[in-house]
Amino acid sequence: MGFLEELRALFPPGRLLTKEAELAPYESDALTAYRKRPLAVVLPQRKEEVVEAVRLCHRHGVPFVARGSGTSLSGGSLPVEGGLVIALNRMNRILRLDPKARIAVVEPGVVNLEVSRAAAPYGLYYAPDPSSQPISTIGGNVAFNSGGAHCLKYGMTANHVLGLEVVTPEGEVVRLGGEGLEGVGPDLHGFFVGTEGLLGVALEVTLRLLPKPEAYHTLLAAYGSLEAAGETVSRILRQGLLPGAIEIMDRLAIEAAEAAVKAGYPRAEALLIVELEGPREEVAEEARVLEALIRESGAQEVRVARDEAERQAIWKGRKAAFSAVGRLSPDYIVQDGVVPRSRLAEALREIGRLSQAYGLRVANVFHAGDGNLHPLVLYDGKKPGELERAEALAGEILRLCIQLGGSLTGEHGIGVEKKAYMPEMFAKEDLEAMERVKRALDPKGLANRGKVLPEVAHGRG
Amino acid sequence: MQHRIPVETLGKEGEVMAHAIEACVHCGFCLPTCPTYVVLQEEMDSPRGRIFLMKEVLEGNLPLEEALPYLDRCLACQACVTACPSGVPYGELIAAFRLHTEEKRHRYPLERAFRLALLRTLPHPERFRPLAALGVGLKPLLKPLPLPKALRAPLELLPERLPKEAPYPEVYPAKGERKARVGLLLGCAQRVLRPSINEATLRVLQENGVEVVLLREQACCGALNLHAGDKEGARALARQNLKAFREVEYVVTNAAGCGSGMKEYPLLFLGEPEEEEARRLAAKVKDLTVILEALGFTPPPPPPRPLRVAYHDACHLAHAQGVREAPRRLLKAAGVEVLEPKEWELCCGSAGTYNLFQPEIAAALGQRKAANLKATGAELVVTGNIGCLTQIQAHLDLPVLHTAELLALLYAGKDPLLETLA
Repeated sequence: MGFLEELRALFPPGRLLTKEAELAPYESDALTAYRKRPLAVVLPQRKEEVVEAVRLCHRHGVPFVARGSGTSLSGGSLPVEGGLVIALNRMNRILRLDPKARIAVVEPGVVNLEVSRAAAPYGLYYAPDPSSQPISTIGGNVAFNSGGAHCLKYGMTANHVLGLEVVTPEGEVVRLGGEGLEGVGPDLHGFFVGTEGLLGVALEVTLRLLPKPEAYHTLLAAYGSLEAAGETVSRILRQGLLPGAIEIMDRLAIEAAEAAVKAGYPRAEALLIVELEGPREEVAEEARVLEALIRESGAQEVRVARDEAERQAIWKGRKAAFSAVGRLSPDYIVQDGVVPRSRLAEALREIGRLSQAYGLRVANVFHAGDGNLHPLVLYDGKKPGELERAEALAGEILRLCIQLGGSLTGEHGIGVEKKAYMPEMFAKEDLEAMERVKRALDPKGLANRGKVLPEVAHGRG
Repeated sequence: MQHRIPVETLGKEGEVMAHAIEACVHCGFCLPTCPTYVVLQEEMDSPRGRIFLMKEVLEGNLPLEEALPYLDRCLACQACVTACPSGVPYGELIAAFRLHTEEKRHRYPLERAFRLALLRTLPHPERFRPLAALGVGLKPLLKPLPLPKALRAPLELLPERLPKEAPYPEVYPAKGERKARVGLLLGCAQRVLRPSINEATLRVLQENGVEVVLLREQACCGALNLHAGDKEGARALARQNLKAFREVEYVVTNAAGCGSGMKEYPLLFLGEPEEEEARRLAAKVKDLTVILEALGFTPPPPPPRPLRVAYHDACHLAHAQGVREAPRRLLKAAGVEVLEPKEWELCCGSAGTYNLFQPEIAAALGQRKAANLKATGAELVVTGNIGCLTQIQAHLDLPVLHTAELLALLYAGKDPLLETLA
């Protein structure tokens, strides 16, 4: 039997998509500059179906991509041409939530925010908060080791995954990790997180839940320049404060976010968002220190969220900022480079200079506390050559991050978009080691083929 | 998103559609608020997926017929518009697309007949009333029979008995000092199925110092036809209203769908001689709750005993017109405790005639909505749209009232719970 016939035997009509109109909407994730038509899409409802689909792909040598909500900004969930898309959206059950052990066992298609919603009645929440958290799935978060504004204090997805059940590209089902922080044996679940679907598909994920902070103190400060806002970040951290989040938005990002959600942001060249959180007394004490520091920092305007609604509005604006930039430009590329915190101001200055040199606008909205930049390069794909120019500018920004001692990606992953830059970040030996790991688990190179590892390392170059 | 839509050959509608598609960045923020995506969990049934499909059709890469099943499943509730950070005018896109493609699509004769019958009957109370009366009369006989779903769905939405609509005087004077003089759009199906909504609206406006004129030449707003892609039917009705409401300062609507429908007149007359006048009229259209707030609300006496009310956001008020707070503030000012259901942004499945054409999805959404409303612990549900009201009532064992009906009962000093039990 051919591959499709066998798939038909596994998936009823309606859960195996092969028609043009069914496939077209799966061609892109949130990086629409890349499009690939898959051979088919399957919508499994149980993990056994995922395993069967992967085994089938292995038998027939068909490449596959696991897909959640398709929010990847690096083309991570872009289909492989002629390959299978395993869309995990219907596997969206929270299988177990144990408030005593503070864990949740979830299927990969569960949306990030749903975990916190389910945990809320117990005073618990799931900490990693990518801006896509109302949409992106835990499976995707695991694949890309997603971060978010509050990773400054709590760490990335990897710090919150306790265990995984995974199907390897050869169809083997393995359990990695467990249910506690104290692991036994090698940290293989930690190893799996962030491998962007190259080593298999997560079937079940055991997540750590945290008690909700007792109090928040969310402050907005407006500055006359990005550098001044950046300098304040260094001062906050030098002071020994560890806020839950420190974010910066520039004028373009503020405008876009304001147009999108009317968060009530002050108009300024740069906006700093600082959120303190923890036990009430501690937050009150830190707030005094923070406010004195901000007062001396040359801020033009300072606002503190008076209630939860105002706090939510501030975050809504920040988290909508990427998409809101769609109001300013028909197309854009989001970058995700990281620089050492101490070189933030330098990086921002250089990005400004590059933007001028290329004649393309760059909006900045980023996790300032951990040096994770998100320059958005605005372009118009209809204008000949503009996409290429935007990609070249984005590339220069990435090189800049590497030169300053940072990295290509903080949280969005390499995907297809940044793989060409991997050799600039990693030595040949490093890439070869990655390639050997990949080949050991996926000798046929089926799982998310064509992503992350540059062709050279794939042994095809 | 980049596209290669031949805008030049598609006229004004093409520009509207291309602009919307261009604004989409495919981020997916629309997914969790899209009713069909929530139920079906597949990309073709999401706003961003549909935008992709419309783009492919307009670019000529995909036959229209292949995309239609998914586009037809869209409720046009516009929850995605509320959720969209990049400002995609999806409501305009889907409406323009439906207008643009209706003539090009194939329909089976029976489907064509049913659709046409609906579009030629519902907007005209004098035609719909005898038919509804017939349906109500036959309901007990037909109910046990294995009916085709095209018949079963409308039958189930009919009330047990058809209320009488009393004749309206032409002018309803303001009580006390007159703050404004407005026209009221009476609507179509609403007049037949629940005339008490208009009666209550008139009472509430009068209590608030508003004089209401009932302009005889007015017609149904035409939203039903517009959203079904029946451009000429919609335009004929809209032209009547452009004329009828020319002289009044405001046009008050009390059905969410009619209000947003009239606000879409400029789209309907894009590039036509009526476009300017359509814009002027659209600017005068105000939902009842909005006008009450704008003119200064005189609250009724508080309910005789504490009343817990869940407010249901009609999509064409909340998403299409951005009206969420006004009705809540009025209810609170009236001394009612307002409870918030989970998933407020999710459509109840009514969506104009959606529950007639897509009964399975509509029923799934109706049950979900009813469960969320019930879970608030409310004694009563209030909403601003006849369609939602009928749909929710079919799935919920609590009384469901229009905002105006509840307020009118309070102005009359009545106990809403006792009245709705009666």
